[in-house]
Amino acid sequence: MIVFIIRRLVGAVLLLFVVSAVTFSIFFVVPRLAGATAEDLASRYVGKTADEQQVRQMADKLGFHDPLVVQYGRFAKGIVAGADYDYGPAAEHCPAPCFGYSFLTQAPVWPDLLDRLPVTASLAAGASAIWLLAGVATGVISALRRGSIFDRAAMGVALAGVSLPIFFTGLLALGIFSYTLGVTAPGSSYTALAEDPAQWAYDLILPWITIAFLYAAGYARLTSSGMLETMSEDFIRTARAKGLPERTVVLKHGLRATLTPIVTIFGLDVGLLLGGAILTESTFSLNGIGRYAILAIGANDLPKVMGVTMVAAFFIVLANLVVDILYAVVDPRVRLT
Amino acid sequence: MTVPLDLPDSARRAKPEAGLAGMGGTIQGRSLGQIAWLRLRRDRVALAGGLVILVLVLVAIFAPLVVRLLGHPPTEFHEDLIDPSLQVARGPRGGISWDFLFGLEPVNGRDLFSRVVYGARISLLIAFLATLLSMAIGTTMGIVAGYFGGWIDTVISRLMDLFLAFPLLLFAIALVGVIPDHGFGLSGNTLRVAMLVVIIGFFGWPYIGRIIRGQTLSLREREFVDAARSLGARSPYIIVRELLPNLVAPILVYTTLLIPTNVLFEAALSFLGVGVQPPTPTWGGMLSEASRLYTIAPNFMIFPGLAIFVTVLAFNLLGDGLRDALDPRAR
Repeated sequence: MIVFIIRRLVGAVLLLFVVSAVTFSIFFVVPRLAGATAEDLASRYVGKTADEQQVRQMADKLGFHDPLVVQYGRFAKGIVAGADYDYGPAAEHCPAPCFGYSFLTQAPVWPDLLDRLPVTASLAAGASAIWLLAGVATGVISALRRGSIFDRAAMGVALAGVSLPIFFTGLLALGIFSYTLGVTAPGSSYTALAEDPAQWAYDLILPWITIAFLYAAGYARLTSSGMLETMSEDFIRTARAKGLPERTVVLKHGLRATLTPIVTIFGLDVGLLLGGAILTESTFSLNGIGRYAILAIGANDLPKVMGVTMVAAFFIVLANLVVDILYAVVDPRVRLT
Repeated sequence: MTVPLDLPDSARRAKPEAGLAGMGGTIQGRSLGQIAWLRLRRDRVALAGGLVILVLVLVAIFAPLVVRLLGHPPTEFHEDLIDPSLQVARGPRGGISWDFLFGLEPVNGRDLFSRVVYGARISLLIAFLATLLSMAIGTTMGIVAGYFGGWIDTVISRLMDLFLAFPLLLFAIALVGVIPDHGFGLSGNTLRVAMLVVIIGFFGWPYIGRIIRGQTLSLREREFVDAARSLGARSPYIIVRELLPNLVAPILVYTTLLIPTNVLFEAALSFLGVGVQPPTPTWGGMLSEASRLYTIAPNFMIFPGLAIFVTVLAFNLLGDGLRDALDPRAR
């Protein structure tokens, strides 16, 4: 087991390196391929009033003329060990996870991200709890009452759920529940959980349900088809033959076997959501890291986008790792491969 | 695969037991395509989806004609029909009338109907082209990985895992953000469309690749491939002439199912302001503008949203139907 965990850890670290390389290429290689020069890249770091001389100096200072490998090395070192910058009026040390400084505010990106992470985390936590419960419960009932009105209605709603863009359901929900009925918060407000749990839930309930609606649909379809398959397995027949009550057969034997693949997908979905629920945060004007990235893109403030991209990728890699290890705990056969 | 013999229109003639008893009647041979078509024809829901898609495509192609008959030019302002104090259309229901079928856009009073119609062009164009790109890359990678196996399979499979577990939307946004206004010899919205197609298409290929790889893995072990190989056929011949025809069904099904995902992807990028730029109408872009005005002009939000929903749902229904028709085992 320990060997397995170590191997997966090494794999995760390698994956992070790949991700950082991809992120680096998006921001520093792709624009060059599209025809931008080192000076074009550097011109973003100086004010709009800067002359050519200043731009060229900045390009030299930031090392945009160096070979790409050297540039990437500097980028990776900044994230792992921090970096020393000496552009602007004074030299400055940027501590360990260094994603650089905002073009606009000159503030380091990392503390900004830390500020916004609780919003995104709260969003992911509440929504994932709702969609997991609702989706799995719906799926199980659908599978057990196959062809019933409940099954057909649920699968119909599930199909609609995966066909609706979240920024449309979000606006509809806001229009109906906040604006017309006035029973939920109108978005754009967030209260810390530690401050006032009731207010926290009140502010987030609508975004939670909106996200959950989208995901629950997929989980219901998945649970239902998995459950149908499991319930026709031999061990279910054995369990019934032993005289176990149907309740135990379904919940302990059937559901447990069905849940394993669902747990995997659940882990990945939560990881993805932690990296910023970009669309939901934009629709409800919540200041999570997804909206942070979008606002930064609008202002062409690339270090912020880069920071969010790396943090998002980190969560996904972490989720992968956790899921892999959990899977190995649940199913010992996995450890052998 | 079992062939259902209880097809209503031909049931009487194709009764196998009648043939066995020597009572006359012929058993017709049917190709896989014919069987699939018969199954699909009975699937009313899938057919409805297909019909909606047909109408949408025609509307997109003949958008100028549709708008000339039923609307006003999509970038024409009708400020005289806007209430200057409220910034919304005069009259009830956001200005919906025979003249303006979906009502007017708030503030500058553009015809919402013709903007939704023109939005279909961008949406479908990008979704189709991107899907085509995903299909080409995905099929190639999937067959190569499945057929050759070994380290090639390992590398391609890892690559697909990597893609599937990435914050794609974020990466796409970042990519659109860093590419300059002029590049690759293109500029303006042509560059935008090309870029969106490449980005969306490039991120979508693993979905198809994974399925094609799995199918190739099992096809590779079949007798007809062994037969071709023992006759001295080379790998390229086997891949193109033996494997590819057998993969047409899954390619068709999962291409159809990828289109709605790409419609949603394009809409999301437009909603976030990194898609095709205004004044070209896009459904996502309209929803983004509507998100500030939905309380005073609900029609501005509802019609573009419904357009996305109907398009995506139609493709999902057709795709599900195709899957059931072409591969009844996959549910």
